[in-house]
Amino acid sequence: MIYNASPFAVAIFVAFVLGVLWLSSFFAKKTQTSQGYYAAGGDIHWGVNGIAFAGDYLSAASFLGICGMIAFSGYDGFLYSIGYLAGWVVALFIVAEPLKRYGKYTFTDALNFKYNSRGIHLTAAISTLIVSICYLIPQMVGAGSLVTPLLGMPHYVGVILVGAIVIFIVATAGMASTTYVQFLKGGLLIIFSTILSICIFVHGIKNPPSEDYHKFQTINATVINENLTAIESDEYQIVGTNKNADGHFVKLNKAGVNTWWNLIEKDGNAYLEETLTVVKGKDGTELYNGEPKEAEKFYQVGHVSKLVVDGKEVTETGSVSPFKFLTTIEESTIVRFTKVIFMDNGDKVSLWYQTPTPGQEIMRPGLRFKVDKGSTFMSKLDFVSLMIALFFGTSALPHILIRYYTVSSAKAARKSTIVAITSIGFFYILTLFMGLGAMTTGVLDVQSSNMAGPLLAKFFGVAIFSIICAIAFATVLGTVSGLIVAASGAVAHDLISNYMGINLTDRGQVKAGKIAAVVVGIIAIFLGIAFKGVNVSFLVGLAFAVAASANLPAIIMMLFWKRTNAKGISASIVVGIISALTIILLSPKTFEVYGLPAASAPIPMNNPGIISIPLSFITLVVVSLMTKKNEHDWEGKGQQA
Amino acid sequence: MSHGPATQWGEDKAIAYKTKFGLWLFIIYVLVYIGFIWINVSSPKTMAMIVFAGQNLAVVYGFGLIALAFVMGIIYDYLCTKKEEELNVEGSDK
Repeated sequence: MIYNASPFAVAIFVAFVLGVLWLSSFFAKKTQTSQGYYAAGGDIHWGVNGIAFAGDYLSAASFLGICGMIAFSGYDGFLYSIGYLAGWVVALFIVAEPLKRYGKYTFTDALNFKYNSRGIHLTAAISTLIVSICYLIPQMVGAGSLVTPLLGMPHYVGVILVGAIVIFIVATAGMASTTYVQFLKGGLLIIFSTILSICIFVHGIKNPPSEDYHKFQTINATVINENLTAIESDEYQIVGTNKNADGHFVKLNKAGVNTWWNLIEKDGNAYLEETLTVVKGKDGTELYNGEPKEAEKFYQVGHVSKLVVDGKEVTETGSVSPFKFLTTIEESTIVRFTKVIFMDNGDKVSLWYQTPTPGQEIMRPGLRFKVDKGSTFMSKLDFVSLMIALFFGTSALPHILIRYYTVSSAKAARKSTIVAITSIGFFYILTLFMGLGAMTTGVLDVQSSNMAGPLLAKFFGVAIFSIICAIAFATVLGTVSGLIVAASGAVAHDLISNYMGINLTDRGQVKAGKIAAVVVGIIAIFLGIAFKGVNVSFLVGLAFAVAASANLPAIIMMLFWKRTNAKGISASIVVGIISALTIILLSPKTFEVYGLPAASAPIPMNNPGIISIPLSFITLVVVSLMTKKNEHDWEGKGQQA
Repeated sequence: MSHGPATQWGEDKAIAYKTKFGLWLFIIYVLVYIGFIWINVSSPKTMAMIVFAGQNLAVVYGFGLIALAFVMGIIYDYLCTKKEEELNVEGSDK
C-alpha cells in the first residue's frame, strides 16, 4: 500500500499545526490596527522578511509540484524552477524599491499612488482577488494530496483542514503571524530539502531500487498479422484486447482476476509486459490491478533499467557527488510510466505502461513540453508562453508584493529580495536532485505526481518523511495565509474603504478584512476539492500567467512611462484578466478538468502569457494615448527612501 | 482615499542611479534568459551537449541562470548601498 498513516507522522504534524496556531495567537495582539494587520507593523527585519519571502514563494507548487514534475518528466519540470527563480530578477531590479516607496497596505496603493483613481482601486482589487484565488487552488490541492499519506484521510478532508486552520490564522493575526510562519517554514523547508538531497547522494542509485521493489513480469507471446494469437503461460487466459493510438493492450485472466498487459514487438519477438491499472466499473466498483485497493496490488514505481557509470553497466553506484549523480542519470536508461485511458465494455481503464527513456532525453527539454519530437509551432509557442509568464508573474503576485510593506525602508526591501533570491535559488537547484531521486528510487505514485517529494522522503525513513510532510503542510498553510491576507486587503482596504468610500474606522477595516478572509477561505476550499489530481505546479503556472497579464504591465508602465494614466491602467488590468482567463478556460488542459477531450478545446495552447501580456501592454498604451493625462500631479511623490 | 507610504524615511538622492542601474541589469538578464528559451525552442538537441564537468548545456545553463540572478543581486545591492552612502547624508536603514 502506498499510503499508510504513521502515528509518528501524525504526532509531528499535530505538533506543527499547534505551533502555527500558537504563533498566530501570540501575534494576535498586533492586529488591532490596519498597519499591524496588513503590514505586520512595517518593522520586520529584512533578513527575516527575505526568508519569509522564500516561505511565501516556495509553496506547494515548488516542493510538491516541481519535484513531481521532474520525477515524471525529467528536466522539463526543472524549467519551472528556472522560470520561477528568474522572475525574482524582475522583482529585485524593477519592482521592489518603487513599490516600497509608493505603497502602504496593498499593491493597489502603489499602483494608485500617482493617480488616486477609483477605477484603479476597483480593477486592481478585483485583479488581486482573482490572482489570489487562482493561486489558492493549487495550494489547496497540494494540502489534500498531503493529508492522504500523512493521516490516511481523503483528499477533501485535507482541503477543508487547511482552509479551516488558515481562516483561523488570518482571522486572528494577519500579516504578523503569516510572516513568522513563513520564516520558520521557509527555513525548515530549505534545511530539510538539503538533508533529503544528501540522503540521495549517500544512497546513490540502485537497480532494482530496493529489495521489495515490484518486479514487473513479462510473458512471451505469439503475434500473427499484428494479432495476438497465443501466450506462453498456462496460468493466464486472454480475455480481451484494446488497440489505440498509444499501443496494443491485452486483458488477461488468472484465477478470476483480470489484469492488463502491454503487447510489445521488438526484433521479431513479441511479449506482454505487466502494467498498472485502475479500472472504474460501470457499476461503481474500482479495481487496482484487478483487485480491491486493500489487496495492495497497485505498486509504487520508478526505476533504472540500465544503470551505467563511466560507460560500464552496474547494479549500484554507491555514494555519489551531486555532479556524478546527474552524469549517471544522463548515461543510464530510466523507466518512466506513460498513462493511457480507454473504455473496455463500459469500464473506464486508466493504464500506466513502462516507457524506458534514455537519460539523455530526461536531462534535456522535450518530454513534457513539445519542443523537439512531435513539436508543432503551437507547442513551441506554448512553451515560450509559459516561460514568459513564469518570468513576469513573480513580481505581479499580490501576496509577494504585500511583503514589501512589512519592512521599514526601500533598502530593506531590496536586501530582503536578495536574501529571497539566494534561498529560493538554492532550493530550486535541490528540486532537480529530489525529482530525479524520486524518479529512480521506486517511490512514485502514478496517480499523484504531487506526492513524489514526500514519498521520496518516506524511502529514507519515517522521521524525515514526517517532518517533510509537516513542513510541506505548513508550506501550504503559510502560502494560503499570505494569499488570504492579500485578498482580504483588496476587499477591505481597496474595495470597501477606497472604492466605495465607506468610511471605516481603523478597527472597522481590520474587521472587514477578517470577514473577507473567511469568505475567500471558503471559496478556496470548494475550488481545492474541484481541482483534485491536477499537478499543482501546472496550476501555479496559470496563476502566474494571470498575474503577469493583469498586474505587471500596469506596474511597469506606471514606473517607466510618464504618459500612463489611470484609465490606461484600469483598462490594461481588465484586458489582462479577461484575455488570460479566457485562454485558460478554453485550453486543452482545462478541458481535461471538465472531463472533455483535450483535442476539442477551441484554443490549442495551455499558457496564455504570450498573448495576454502584450495585449495588456498594448491596451494600456492605446487607452492612455486616447484619453487625457491624469490631472493629479504626482511628480516628486515617493522620492523618499 | 490617498495616503503616504507605509513608513517615513529621509530623502533618497540615489533613486535615479538605482533605477537606471537596475534597468540595465534587468536587460542583461532578460537577454540571457531569452537565449535560454531560444536554444530550447530552436535547437533542443543542443541542450544535450556535454559542456562542463560531464554536465549538459541544459543543466549548466539552468544552474547558470539561477547563479547569475544571485550574483547580479549581490552586485546590485553592493553598488546601490555604496551610492546611497555617497549621496545621502543621513542613513535611514535599520
